[in-house]
Amino acid sequence: MTDTAIRTSRPDVQELDRLVVRFAGDSGDGMQLTGDRFSNASAVMGNDLATMPDFPAEIRAPAGTLHGVSAFQVQVSSEDISTPGDAPNVLVAMNPAALRSELHRLEVGGTIIINSDSFNERNLDKAGYEANPLEDGTLDRYTAYRVPMTSLTKEVCKDLGVKPRDAERSKNFFALGVVSWMFGRPTAPTLEWINVKFGRRPKVVAANTAAFNAGHAFGETTEMFHSTYRVPAAKLPPGTYTSVNGNTALAWGLLAASQQAKLPLFLASYPITPASDILHELSGRKNFGVRTFQAEDEIAAVCSAVGASFGGHIGVTTTSGPGVALKSEAIGLALSLEVPLVVIDIQRGGPSTGLPTKTEASDLNLALYGRHGEAPLPVVASYSPTQCFFAAIEAVRIALKYRTPVVLLSDGYLGNGSEPWRIPRSEDLPDISVEFATAESLLNGSGDSSVRPYRRDPETLARPWIVPGTPGLMHRIGGLEKEDGTGNISYDPDNHELMTRLRAEKVERVAKDIPPTMLDSDGLADLLMLTWGSTWGAVTSAVKRVRAAGGKVDHAHLTHLNPLPIDLEPILRSYAKVYLPEMNMGQLAMLLRGRFLIDVHSVSKVQGVPFTAGEIADLINGALND
Amino acid sequence: MTDVSVPQTTRADWTSDQEPRWCPGCGDYSVLSAMQLLMPTLGVRRENTVFISGIGCAARFPYYMNTYGMHGIHGRAPALATGLAVSRPDLDVWVIGGDGDMLSIGGNHLLHALRRNVKLKILLFNNQIYGLTKGQLSPTSEVGKVTKSTPMGSVDEPFNPVSVALGAEATFVARTHDMDRGHMQEMFRRAWEHDGAAFVEIYQNCNVFNDGAFAAITKKDKRKSMLIDLEHGMPIRFGDNNERGVMMGADGQLRIVDVDDVGVGNIIVHDERADTPTLAFALSRLAAGPFLPTPVGVYRAVESPEYAEQVSRQIAFSQEISGPGDLDALLRSRTLWEVS
Repeated sequence: MTDTAIRTSRPDVQELDRLVVRFAGDSGDGMQLTGDRFSNASAVMGNDLATMPDFPAEIRAPAGTLHGVSAFQVQVSSEDISTPGDAPNVLVAMNPAALRSELHRLEVGGTIIINSDSFNERNLDKAGYEANPLEDGTLDRYTAYRVPMTSLTKEVCKDLGVKPRDAERSKNFFALGVVSWMFGRPTAPTLEWINVKFGRRPKVVAANTAAFNAGHAFGETTEMFHSTYRVPAAKLPPGTYTSVNGNTALAWGLLAASQQAKLPLFLASYPITPASDILHELSGRKNFGVRTFQAEDEIAAVCSAVGASFGGHIGVTTTSGPGVALKSEAIGLALSLEVPLVVIDIQRGGPSTGLPTKTEASDLNLALYGRHGEAPLPVVASYSPTQCFFAAIEAVRIALKYRTPVVLLSDGYLGNGSEPWRIPRSEDLPDISVEFATAESLLNGSGDSSVRPYRRDPETLARPWIVPGTPGLMHRIGGLEKEDGTGNISYDPDNHELMTRLRAEKVERVAKDIPPTMLDSDGLADLLMLTWGSTWGAVTSAVKRVRAAGGKVDHAHLTHLNPLPIDLEPILRSYAKVYLPEMNMGQLAMLLRGRFLIDVHSVSKVQGVPFTAGEIADLINGALND
Repeated sequence: MTDVSVPQTTRADWTSDQEPRWCPGCGDYSVLSAMQLLMPTLGVRRENTVFISGIGCAARFPYYMNTYGMHGIHGRAPALATGLAVSRPDLDVWVIGGDGDMLSIGGNHLLHALRRNVKLKILLFNNQIYGLTKGQLSPTSEVGKVTKSTPMGSVDEPFNPVSVALGAEATFVARTHDMDRGHMQEMFRRAWEHDGAAFVEIYQNCNVFNDGAFAAITKKDKRKSMLIDLEHGMPIRFGDNNERGVMMGADGQLRIVDVDDVGVGNIIVHDERADTPTLAFALSRLAAGPFLPTPVGVYRAVESPEYAEQVSRQIAFSQEISGPGDLDALLRSRTLWEVS
């Protein structure tokens, strides 16, 4: 049954700083749920953690095939971490396809926990194995534990009145029980969760509970494992914590923005991977006064958001790259109307349909330049799952204050990844409220009763936000070029140039109103690692590792891609070398080289998966030795 | 619905300071006059009235009304207006567009605004041609139409806008024409009164690129014999002496007959409030084009839950059962742990 002798003594307890576990199985095996539960139990015991779901685009790919494999990776740590880890230390493989597609990721000498029941001829064949990898030496370089999870699960469910076929579906909880024991995770949170989640189906509660307990007991009583491991609690700042993924944090950030702006939220979206969860989350929060609108297409989504903004709501649309492409004309309209609008792009692999469930950061150029005409707008990018909350507030703040569309870039890795979050208090959030124009505020002192919807604030250059229903301020605006001040249609050549420059200048002035570049410097390095978006995580980890080994490297990170922080240029000029890893073909690098004539060294990765800290550490070490 | 506190207004109050820039003789002028003259009679406030348009000649309309207005982008007026109407149910939102705007590039949005029953008053100015781009085929142009883009005649089957609207199960569908101000105003008033999506097709003459497209039925001396006035609860009759009528044959098809031949009892009685749009659809198919006797007036006007009101009701209900949104409680709604 196992490739190790059954031992009678208690296993050793080894203490680890960090542990990376990857759960892999068929799409229908419940691996996302299993990973999520393991993460949650780890969070509750005080570990820092970061997760990365990795699943196929197909809802139910043919069972047992390689392209039907769904995986979930989590790193749990006793230190503050910023990535879901590089090579897993532990792989849970529920079937041959999962083993075959994931084994190459496992560190040499790593641990594999295998559902041995699934290694039959049919499944081996579907996975493309000619010989059984459990017997042909494939696993010699690893510590492999073969556990007959399916049959043991069926066995414990036999007396519960659960049909064998239904019982088999609880095998992921058996696996979770085994892993929970092996790594000393508390069982109470999982058992409690099973009760709440499946409470209305008592047989499912019974089967999952029995399977989980049986897995846990299996680990303890068979003593087949050499060791168990403990990852002590991380030293995190004191406070109340929860665990949240990027898309949920982003949705909550929009609710927070609505509260802090004292304006209702209007969210219009068309379903698209990996952004739909934001629509789902907000559509269940109607008591916050949020109106969610599932539009007939991407264009209707952005247009209805523009209509809502025209009416004095916070108009927001969420989407991914293909949707942004479709929305481009309407974003230009919002820019020309100078009404607030927030366009949220949860980036995925492109072009075209590309890699819907895989991550990429290749929509930067689209966000910055993807409109006809001279059409600059502010661009904000989130850099960690929980920071999506604050990025959403920031995007709304800029949109409201400057009456402009703002693009907020996140990506599939941030959207689906989760991490512990020290919960902020709403009293600590910024007040981002703005005033609507009234006849008194707009006409007073002008000695002129004509409405001037493009009379700008001298400081921000924002025009007044005049909402329908305001007496005395009826006016008409549109996408045709408008005369400065009056907003009347104008084809005057000088006026068009003036308006083009005013719109650009308004966006440039946002630079005075954003935080400086995030700089992590010890003052001695010649090498600067520059990042934007989710690459922050891998670079933060890598910089720590290199510094721990004595290397001198600094890290600068951009949360605003347009306008850029004013201090960025002097920072870049103060380093001999600037390396910029991006999950695209070097889009920001090209911009910075063009803008500042600085030799920014671009590092690209477009594989649908994020950079690992190991890759970045190698890159840094290479650059230091160069 | 009329608010007695609304100050009396005149046409001048509803007229903006912008000079209309349509071609002299364009049918759009008569639609604009009809609207500017109607508004003071509705008892509504200018600041609560919004006109939203797409792109095209007709889409200039909002600039000439002294109300709130937005000149949007091509085809998207129903979507822009939906966002406004759903977030601000207190406003009267009118949507203006032409046949290219609403049936070609923006056809999708029109269909969905209608099927959702968003409270919008949608006026489709149908001139059966592209005017602003100077004379190409439109989705309502007749087969064989010779235009700049179809020099050998078009091979496209046209849409019938009333059929399209009824097919989308619009709850209010009417047709009028630019030669009869009184009829237009009656249709606009009915649209304004409707609690839901109201669709009005206006046969509108483009005297530059498609002059006389509707002359065979809308010229003063032709109207009695060529326009079939639909009146709720009345037999559908027309003609100089009301001598013709519409009856349903044994095959279920509608046809035009002489009333004397069949007896008035066999003439269909118009029911704009019928539950299903079936008979209204059949009426919309009676004429193959604006050269045969054509029904005008209200095809359909039924009550059905309005979209924005239902959205507001869900919000109110959600607040009633869960209490108003509490951000701090939401952030603490999942598994929590303390780090000290």
